[in-house]
Amino acid sequence: METLKFECETGNYHTFCPISCVSWLYQKISDSFFLVIGTKTCGYFLQNALGVMIFAEPRYAMAELEEGDISAQLHDFDELKRLCLQIQKDRNPSIIVWIGTCTTEIIKMDLEGIAPKIEEFIGRPIIVARANGLDYAFTQGEDTVLAAMAHRCPEVSALTNTTNKCIPPLVLFGSLPNTVAQQLTRELEHQGIHISGWLPEARYEELPELGAGVFVCGVNPFLSRTAITLMRRRKCRLIGAPFPIGPDGTRAWLEKICQVFNKTPHNLDERESNIWKNLEDYLSLVRGKSVFFMGDNLLEISLARFLIRCGMIVYEIGIPYMDKRFQASELQFLEKTCQEMSVPMPRIVEKPDNSNQIQRIRAMKPDLVITGLAHSNPLEARGITTKWSVEFTFAQIHGFINARDILELVTRPLRRNNHLNNLGWSKLVNEKSFVF
Amino acid sequence: MKLAYWMYAGPAHIGTLRVGSSFKNVHAIMHAPLGDDYFNVMRSMLERERDFTPVTASIVDRHVLTRGSKEKVFENIICKDQQEKPDFILLTPTCTSSILQEDLNNFVERATRQTDSNILLADVNHYRINEFQAADRTLEQIIAFYLDRTAEKIEKTEKPSANILGIFTLGFHHQHDCREIYRLLTDLGIQINQIIPEGCFITDLKKIPEAWFNIVPYREIGLMTALYLEKKYNMPYISTTPMGLVETASWIREISKIVDKNYEEYIDKQTRFISQAAWFSRSIDCQNLTGKKALVFGDATHGAYMTKILAREMGINVCCAGTYCKNDGDWFREQVQGFCDQVLITEDHTQVSNMIAEIEPAAIFGTQMERHVGKRLDIPCGVISAPIHIQNFPLSYRPFLGYEGTNQIADLVYNSFTLGMEDHLLEIFGGHDVKTVITKNLSTDENLVWNREAENELQKIPGFVRNRIKRSTEKFARSKKIKEITVEVMYAAKEALSD
Repeated sequence: METLKFECETGNYHTFCPISCVSWLYQKISDSFFLVIGTKTCGYFLQNALGVMIFAEPRYAMAELEEGDISAQLHDFDELKRLCLQIQKDRNPSIIVWIGTCTTEIIKMDLEGIAPKIEEFIGRPIIVARANGLDYAFTQGEDTVLAAMAHRCPEVSALTNTTNKCIPPLVLFGSLPNTVAQQLTRELEHQGIHISGWLPEARYEELPELGAGVFVCGVNPFLSRTAITLMRRRKCRLIGAPFPIGPDGTRAWLEKICQVFNKTPHNLDERESNIWKNLEDYLSLVRGKSVFFMGDNLLEISLARFLIRCGMIVYEIGIPYMDKRFQASELQFLEKTCQEMSVPMPRIVEKPDNSNQIQRIRAMKPDLVITGLAHSNPLEARGITTKWSVEFTFAQIHGFINARDILELVTRPLRRNNHLNNLGWSKLVNEKSFVF
Repeated sequence: MKLAYWMYAGPAHIGTLRVGSSFKNVHAIMHAPLGDDYFNVMRSMLERERDFTPVTASIVDRHVLTRGSKEKVFENIICKDQQEKPDFILLTPTCTSSILQEDLNNFVERATRQTDSNILLADVNHYRINEFQAADRTLEQIIAFYLDRTAEKIEKTEKPSANILGIFTLGFHHQHDCREIYRLLTDLGIQINQIIPEGCFITDLKKIPEAWFNIVPYREIGLMTALYLEKKYNMPYISTTPMGLVETASWIREISKIVDKNYEEYIDKQTRFISQAAWFSRSIDCQNLTGKKALVFGDATHGAYMTKILAREMGINVCCAGTYCKNDGDWFREQVQGFCDQVLITEDHTQVSNMIAEIEPAAIFGTQMERHVGKRLDIPCGVISAPIHIQNFPLSYRPFLGYEGTNQIADLVYNSFTLGMEDHLLEIFGGHDVKTVITKNLSTDENLVWNREAENELQKIPGFVRNRIKRSTEKFARSKKIKEITVEVMYAAKEALSD
């Protein structure tokens, strides 16, 4: 039988820098302050990528390194202490998160060593996340922050452990907008499963208790470091499940958790088929169409699995980094979905090479390319329909209720092009300039 | 370390990449970690560019940190050379690679021996210079690189001709300005020899010295090249910016000296009859702008010239003129001297917004940052300089330079101020009525009678706010169960709403 094919290319691809995670994390954790310790390059990226948010008194800032910092003429400790005191005075956050960047890595600034001393001095927690472009891509930034935060969660108290002996506590990890977190919590409650907390919560002070005997389950595919930290350092037990993206994913996710907690899932069949029925208008648009994921945010496997279930054909799943252990259930589910829908297995390309991918896109002519902004306009000008991938990280895509939102995003370019189809000018460059 | 939320000028490599990707068939390879190729997004989105941005990153990752880039940069250069056959490859260091201190020049030398392309390492210090300075330097470097190896005898063009130095991708209205300069020069009987770097082939650079003189429209980028060409080929250059009527005239006079022709008649005709700006300043509309307070902030070029236009050509009181181009501070001070009350030279946007809050000008002319400050303080703002957003890359023809530019600027100024005035009047007469809808109709006079006096009073209110005032007065009357609206009711309504 056919199985999934894994490949690895050069890693010359476009994605956002992982420091971009501050944009959604500072909004999620409302009493936090994010300090990105880096250069003008980092600052320029943030201010351009986050656009309007910059003007709204954000709770993040750059600690911009100057020549004196690089050549160690200035003392890191004194400099950081000065800035953190100023932040404390101006904003009074419950926690300061330091984001280490490429530069702090290269000059080997000992952030983890300095933080506890300054923390003691200013009397509030400072956590360090190395969300740099040397090691990570885009959404993995959140992974580094949550992994660091996992150390700060209080130890599960003996009392809670004994009173709930029959039902061990369950903590979900992954940053979701509060409404979406609420929706998933309720889905589990319908199955009689109570959640003891989320990592992260809306406030730093509300972080959940962790420890031996606590079950944890991830809601996003890019959280492998956090999962490892929870297992190894906090002795939690990880529930490996597909991710609750799309009605099929949400159902599989709920079933897996029910199975661990020895509950018989009820009403899921009906619930899932109702959602699918409601999607019919969108499904008729996407059925039989082909998709190509260039890969930049690690949501690709789950999205591809959902789109195959919707009746699409996926040619290639580009992905920055593939943790086969953390995503094991999702990969199995993808394989199973392909078999059930009788479509060929997509090739999974880790660390893709955008330049090669463009050549493959040219040859395959997919109906939809899911890609970053650097390639969208040039591909559209060549008559190739694209969807901007970053929107999937900012839109609400988890749970039964939000399945519609995913298809809203996926079909938008198809619908737009249906409107413009008869005008006869879909290719807006000379034929010969297709190549880079 | 510096606590920073926002910056006016980008990092050095952005400047280098802007030069590289403005040329045709030039490829830039950044030595950078993953995610630093954000330039591609900006070009693709802001410029709505149809072609793939000719910039790739040679990724710096953990392996590079431990073993050095060794083969990686080299292979990426060879690979791009084969894939795209560029004329020229620009190796661009970033802040990350500059602290790695690898011998990138060595890679360039090695790669040069194995490719047909010319390869150059951009020479910029990321911790000392910004986007504009880096672009200025890189442009000079590329041009010197090509001209230093052409020893052919130079023949000047038969008819007078000029090069335009400094039209860039992602520049503020550069495309429109370039077209306007082209038009002006055509009117003056001067040929364009080369436009550099936008749309220019590297292979054409050898023709640069054939022009009679150089034009540098913006002083941020292009001056170094002009100085180099003056030194090496004895080519004169014009660094005046033809922005505003007075400066456009002096720009043309500078050209007239070089080509030895008299353009006075042309200047006079354009100023008085073709451009609408001179007439606009005399028209009674513009009288209302006399002495209005304004604040100007932007790059050195746009900041200085805008200040002069406002003060000298429109009679507006520029309370504060400023620039973030600190390296050009002396030039800026000298230019705006006598045209403004005070000068502000800073890279810190909070200082600018504090200044705005303190002065409370009737209008701001600045960058996108000042536009947002204006929004918060309810002061209108016209955007006159980078940094800019996508709405500052208009599809329609909007030059800032030349005679058509003067029309555009006049519109911009006028629209900013009238909007401000409208807002002010609205406040005097009761504010925007948008919070609650009273009835389906815009105005209803059922059960409500306006007495003659009140009717007359209503007619005195400027037309564009009259209906809103009418509605808010009626809303007030209805809430107080008043049947007849008198002048007293109108004022009571105004008073109640201003609480």
